[in-house]
Amino acid sequence: MDLSVNIGKLRLQNPVMTASGTFGYGEEFADFIDLNRLGGIVVKGTTLAPRQGNPYPRMAETPSGMLNAVGLQNKGVDYFVNNIYPRIKHLDTAIVVNVSGASIEDYVGVCEHLQGLDCIAAIEVNISCPNVKQGGMSFGTTCQGAESVVSAVRKAWPGTMIVKLTPNVTDITEIARAAEGAGADAVSLTNTFLGMAIDVERRRPILSTITGGLSGPCIRPIAVRMVWQVSHAVKIPVIGLGGIMNGRDAVEFMLAGATAVQVGTANFIDPQVSVKIVDYITEYLQRHHLPNARALIGAMQVD
Amino acid sequence: MKKVMDFVVKENVRHGSQYALLRLSPVRSTMPPVAPGQFVQVEVPHSRTTFLRRPISINYADQRELWLLIRRAGAGTNALCDAEEGTVLNIVLPLGHGFSLDVKGHVLLVGGGVGIAPLLMLGKRLVTRGIDVKFLLGARTSTDVLQLDLFRQTGDTRVATEDGSLGHHGLVTTHPLLQQADIDHIACCGPMPMMKAVAAIARERGINCEVSLENRMACGVGACLCCVEDTVEHGNVCTCTEGPVFNINQLKWT
Repeated sequence: MDLSVNIGKLRLQNPVMTASGTFGYGEEFADFIDLNRLGGIVVKGTTLAPRQGNPYPRMAETPSGMLNAVGLQNKGVDYFVNNIYPRIKHLDTAIVVNVSGASIEDYVGVCEHLQGLDCIAAIEVNISCPNVKQGGMSFGTTCQGAESVVSAVRKAWPGTMIVKLTPNVTDITEIARAAEGAGADAVSLTNTFLGMAIDVERRRPILSTITGGLSGPCIRPIAVRMVWQVSHAVKIPVIGLGGIMNGRDAVEFMLAGATAVQVGTANFIDPQVSVKIVDYITEYLQRHHLPNARALIGAMQVD
Repeated sequence: MKKVMDFVVKENVRHGSQYALLRLSPVRSTMPPVAPGQFVQVEVPHSRTTFLRRPISINYADQRELWLLIRRAGAGTNALCDAEEGTVLNIVLPLGHGFSLDVKGHVLLVGGGVGIAPLLMLGKRLVTRGIDVKFLLGARTSTDVLQLDLFRQTGDTRVATEDGSLGHHGLVTTHPLLQQADIDHIACCGPMPMMKAVAAIARERGINCEVSLENRMACGVGACLCCVEDTVEHGNVCTCTEGPVFNINQLKWT
């Protein structure tokens, strides 16, 4: 069965990627699955300088999901290039680096450090992190902000560029179009939804940052709707994510218009779920007599 | 090597109204080797209100069995405490970094409440290595003193209860055993105020001390970076992979 899909010039062996910040650098899951079976791995958000992230506590369980406020903790791009990249570059899957920053110079700086690494399949420009004070989501909530980051990164990164969008906007299609106009090869959506939870007995916020990003199946119907809208608004491929828990959910995103999907929070519940989704898609295509995975993209029928 | 495995509940031994000991056997699989202080992530079966797995420390494990001693702390642990015989639980294990086993001299294991759970296996392992082990178990009242018979079978065991219903009357940290001269190493697991008080005593007396943390956790494998603890040398590190057991010298506790 041909499961391959194309994100611009990048060919993925199958449409199933793991979402940034939910799968470490892949290595954390090597005991559980064969990483080479994945379409791609989007590594943890990488910034120019190391970041300690937000103070503990950073997580709150919610009905059918969770809030997080990690705040882009990572050891910086130099550490990634020197210590992590050599360990994962041999994997037979697309390694995508999620690039984050507090300023346009930060994003460009990370890309410059990644130049020349042969095994980076693409970058995912994160203009949608809700948990940092500067940069992050603020670039992703206006067309002008999105355009300024994406066009600057476009000059610094000749390879495939995915732009990760925040759902915390009035009209996500406008931001998607701005990213497309500034040279994005694809958009991925959605990042987490801004949320909040209170410990009512203590009358205190559960998260150290008060607000955080909501993920999990509770956001899936909203994310599916946004993927459907964006896929009609832009010509570039859309990568769908938001609460995918199993193969059915992944197919749902593709039918809504996604070319590929990312599995995020579900990795915390079942560390083997990503490859189970690959198996499900294969089985689904056979059961529906479809020739390949590309036949699923936008294949929802409206009578 | 970490695994995802199904276990069947062989026996659910209720300890009063607040605790249950689940005796589990692997289904069609063999137990991986586990170290004292490591933990597992248990999927909560048929739960409408919970979403994530529950991190539970390993109370005891051998090739055939896994014991989890669980306190009712919310909807997830309630569902686990109510798991009937025959229930299948999906578990990720073994996780984290356990207690040091290459300790020398006289070792004191200090537990509070359900925090005594990992100390049973640790004590047994240290005793088989020929190490002199004493247990000091603290609880609110006598019915919260768990597995006392098993600890007594393993080594010299002292008890402190806050209401004086069993053993020393008062917090574990006021037990004379902690002031005894010949302690070379302390391993501690229990509520945070208790661990901090034990750590303060250990620091003051220059005793090497390890504590087991239970920071709020999502993935359990070092991917989500939610359960971080701020450390002296490395800043924020994952409790699930760098811990849950830390030497107190690594922690920024005051």
